[in-house]
Amino acid sequence: MSQTIIWTIAILTVLGLLLAIILWFIAERFKVVEDPRIDEVEKVMPGANCGGCGFAGCRAFADSAVKAPNLDNHYCPVGGNEVMQKVAAILGHEVKEKAPMVAVVRCNGTCEARPTVNDYDGLASCKVKAALYAGDTGCSFGCLGCGDCVNACTFGALSMDPVTGLPVVDETKCTACGACAKACPKGIIELRPKGPRGMRMYVSCVNKDKGPAVKKACANACIGCSLCEKTCTHGAIVFENNVAYIDPSKCKLCRECEAFCPTGAIHAVNFPKPLDAAAVKARVQERKKKAAEAAAAAKAAQEAPAKPIEKEA
Amino acid sequence: MNRTFSIGGVHPHDSKISRECAIEPLPIPETVWISVAQHIGAPAKPIVAVGDTVKVGQPIAEPGGFVSAYIHSSVSGTVKSIAPRKDLAGNAQLCIEIQVEGDEWLESIDRSDILKTDFTDDNKAIVEKIRQGGVVGLGGATFPTHVKLTPPPGKVCERLIINGCECEPYLTSDYRTLLEKGREVVVGTAILKQVLGVDTATIAVEENKPEAIAYLNKLLPEMRKISTKYAGISVMSLRKRYPQGGEKQLIDAVMHRQVKSGGLPIDVGAVVQNVATALAVYDAVQKNKPIIDNSVTVTGECFPRQANLLVRVGTPLQYIIDYLGGFPAEAVKVISGGPMMGKAISNLDAATVKGTSALLFLTEKQTRRAPESNCIRCGRCAEACPMGLEPFLLNPLARAGMTDELEKNAVQDCIECGCCLYSCPANIPLLDSIRQAKAQVMGILRARAAAAKAAAGK
Amino acid sequence: MNRLLVSPSPHIHAPVSTRSLMRDVVIALMPAVLVSVVFYGWSELLVLGVSVASCVLLEYLVTRFLMKKPSTIGDLSAVVTGILLALNLPSTTPWWVVFIGAVMAICVAKMTFGGLGQNVFNPAIAGRVFLLISFPTYMTHWEMPKGLFGADAVTGATPLGVVKEGLLQGGKLSELISPDYLQMLLTNIGGSAGEISALALLAGFVYLLARRVIRPHITLSIWVTVAVVALVFWLVNPERFTGPVFNLLTGGMILGSCFMATDYVTSPMSVLGGIIYGVGIGFITMMIRYFGSYPEGMSFAILLMNAVVPLLNRAFHQKKYGRA
Repeated sequence: MSQTIIWTIAILTVLGLLLAIILWFIAERFKVVEDPRIDEVEKVMPGANCGGCGFAGCRAFADSAVKAPNLDNHYCPVGGNEVMQKVAAILGHEVKEKAPMVAVVRCNGTCEARPTVNDYDGLASCKVKAALYAGDTGCSFGCLGCGDCVNACTFGALSMDPVTGLPVVDETKCTACGACAKACPKGIIELRPKGPRGMRMYVSCVNKDKGPAVKKACANACIGCSLCEKTCTHGAIVFENNVAYIDPSKCKLCRECEAFCPTGAIHAVNFPKPLDAAAVKARVQERKKKAAEAAAAAKAAQEAPAKPIEKEA
Repeated sequence: MNRTFSIGGVHPHDSKISRECAIEPLPIPETVWISVAQHIGAPAKPIVAVGDTVKVGQPIAEPGGFVSAYIHSSVSGTVKSIAPRKDLAGNAQLCIEIQVEGDEWLESIDRSDILKTDFTDDNKAIVEKIRQGGVVGLGGATFPTHVKLTPPPGKVCERLIINGCECEPYLTSDYRTLLEKGREVVVGTAILKQVLGVDTATIAVEENKPEAIAYLNKLLPEMRKISTKYAGISVMSLRKRYPQGGEKQLIDAVMHRQVKSGGLPIDVGAVVQNVATALAVYDAVQKNKPIIDNSVTVTGECFPRQANLLVRVGTPLQYIIDYLGGFPAEAVKVISGGPMMGKAISNLDAATVKGTSALLFLTEKQTRRAPESNCIRCGRCAEACPMGLEPFLLNPLARAGMTDELEKNAVQDCIECGCCLYSCPANIPLLDSIRQAKAQVMGILRARAAAAKAAAGK
Repeated sequence: MNRLLVSPSPHIHAPVSTRSLMRDVVIALMPAVLVSVVFYGWSELLVLGVSVASCVLLEYLVTRFLMKKPSTIGDLSAVVTGILLALNLPSTTPWWVVFIGAVMAICVAKMTFGGLGQNVFNPAIAGRVFLLISFPTYMTHWEMPKGLFGADAVTGATPLGVVKEGLLQGGKLSELISPDYLQMLLTNIGGSAGEISALALLAGFVYLLARRVIRPHITLSIWVTVAVVALVFWLVNPERFTGPVFNLLTGGMILGSCFMATDYVTSPMSVLGGIIYGVGIGFITMMIRYFGSYPEGMSFAILLMNAVVPLLNRAFHQKKYGRA
């Protein structure tokens, strides 16, 4: 009996040692020498492996960041400035602060405003649907409603609103990794600066069709009337292909465009007060009137000197 | 036992209910909308202006590149607009709108029914005529025919295959063409044969069209007597099986050769042309008649009147439907093409294009997809796949977006024939996701090839 | 006019569904069920009833209340599992043992993996093997076929049991059995209900082949392997090892090879993989029959080879067009 025990222990010990030696040899043979800073950088990364930075994952980002001469092409949208400062500290680089961004859904074609005109009966995937045809509503630019963006989001920041049929971004969870923007075959989702205290304005429509066709397809669409462009005093509204776009770097959040938009396509979020459209309109009209008067006065002034001269002559 | 292809395939019900309907010309509509992008390759460039008067057969758009085609006016009248218009998928395409006035043809077009069996030996002139005639492959892909007739240097064509399989259920326009224009098809075949410099041409017809096979067998000896140019043309009866009309499957069936992945039929010495294309070649070369009309099967059990119509290119679909008695009450889906590979139409205001071969009406019961359930791993999809792929494996890979694995499992070889989804007992939308994955992988492959070319160029 | 329906191609579907396939399997099992009821009587009907009812009920409860999904009993796969489980049990099995088998089959072997299509092991076999190990007395207590209105039941051993027992005690084969192959083929072999008539099972198998529900390669490769292995051993020592025909017709061989090994979910996808899988089942069965302590090895063999299926699926793919 005791002999059996001794033999068992002996055999197992020898076997264990043998395997350990083999393992050690293999580990030595296939050892990969890596820059230790890669590990350090990876440690400060968020570890979501979302790919928002353009690399396959956090490790790939770290690997590339360590090798890069500077950090201009490296930015972790999830970790933001805080993480980038840490990365910069490890690698001895400097980074510029970037404004925090958020995903914005630029379609407001709710089920009510944009009725379906045919029935889609395929795989519930926006990509499949977009490759097949223009979509089940009259609008061939808007949200297809199958939720590819929701599936692409690794942070649970997107969800489909069952009433409107449109995706909703949870600002507190959104890390602006951009996965949803890439997943959307219609290019509706845009990363925009969060804005001061989260206040921002954007045109919630990307329909490039002409006014009448758009109007027929969707009640909430930008019809390309260009009233907003005429109203804006900051040159923030770009008007291209029958659809308006607000340049976030120029927008001063005055909400004048919002007041004039006939379809409500211009959205303002996180403002403390609701828009008093009448007051804003009155204000703008007053300003325009004054401007017109001033212009008239200037014109008159320009013409006026000519007359006295005539008289003198 | 007749030949067929070696891997996979399914046997959907024939449903050729319009087979006895002779091809009848559809009255010309009041307005036609002719798209400039009705072929594979670059869209054509309009060469007419708003207000111009055009005649039937007059070119109205010229090729926008090497792989592109001429487009001709299918009617006589005035160009009313050149503007984007929604195609049958609802996507905007540039269309030339022509208001019809009378039916005045170009003088150069021979409108008689007299069969012209003699043709020139000048192959260059023939190819140029085919190009000028705007001939594209009418089997579905609408690939410009003159490009296909210019094989890359070093490649030798051994056999021309004329595809008369029409393996899709319901479709009968090729069958009717063979019966009614068999002689013209044979002349077209002889022309193609001469241009390609081959000795043998095979007209492949599935065995479910015995009348067509018998007619051709009667015809060919007569034609051979006329000229030596008709030697070497034969008919081959193939077993009924879908997708026999697929280019790769047809080559396998007729020649027992398989085109390598990513390769072209010419690599194994084959060129495949459709029956309707052969007829279009005859028209273009012998009659100076470009593609201005094509035969369209209008069918479906729920449709009041079955028909094979000769339709002018650019005819609005609604006009065709109204002509035949209006939209049937039970129909829920209209398909351009056959039920296996055709495209569902979302916009009946759209107009026909050169490649429109059928309008098929299906009822809710025939076409509504049953809800998807768990894969039971029966392997029917893999058994049915004519390319030997494994859709049960590709589908989850596609949904997970694993492009490397997809490429390894040959998703790029998929011919989108629909056999997998057709035969899946769990009603899993296999092809929906696989088609998407294929497009993605093809994009990667193209980018890689371009990068390799750029590297080689340096 | 209707609203247009738009979907990617293809626009038609073959007249086949999971339900229709399962229905065909149920139809194919009917001859065997009828024969077993005729020969074992009411007790067999009870086993069948309890098995099918509890399988269906359990699947319903699990899908609705645990997985919180629409019920999947409509696909009839639970009915198939129920019938197969019942055919794998002796007609004398008490109803509560049958119920425990159903719990094992449906709740553990099938639904924990996610339901039909996801399970690694054949549910009916998993249930049977669980019962065989847990309740060996009930599971090896066979009743001789007596007919629906027959007299009192006579219990006895199966031919395979007789052989195993006799050989263990040092007996010689020629003294132990004098097999009547025709009777084996037709009826009247002691054993679990489904083993009673090879002919009834084969009729169902032919039906499945004719309806193209299954392909024959797995079943054939099992038969060939069993025949070859048995022939070799039998030629070496006919007093110690039973012959090929005896092995093909006894035990769960026909039921297992025609209905259990060919289960879609737990068999390989490719033809070559299926052949290897069948060879494995045949070989393991024969090894257990000849050298194991159990008289019958079919269910263990299938279960073992089920575990290898994912590897076979990985290793063997079907021939692709235009690729060497």
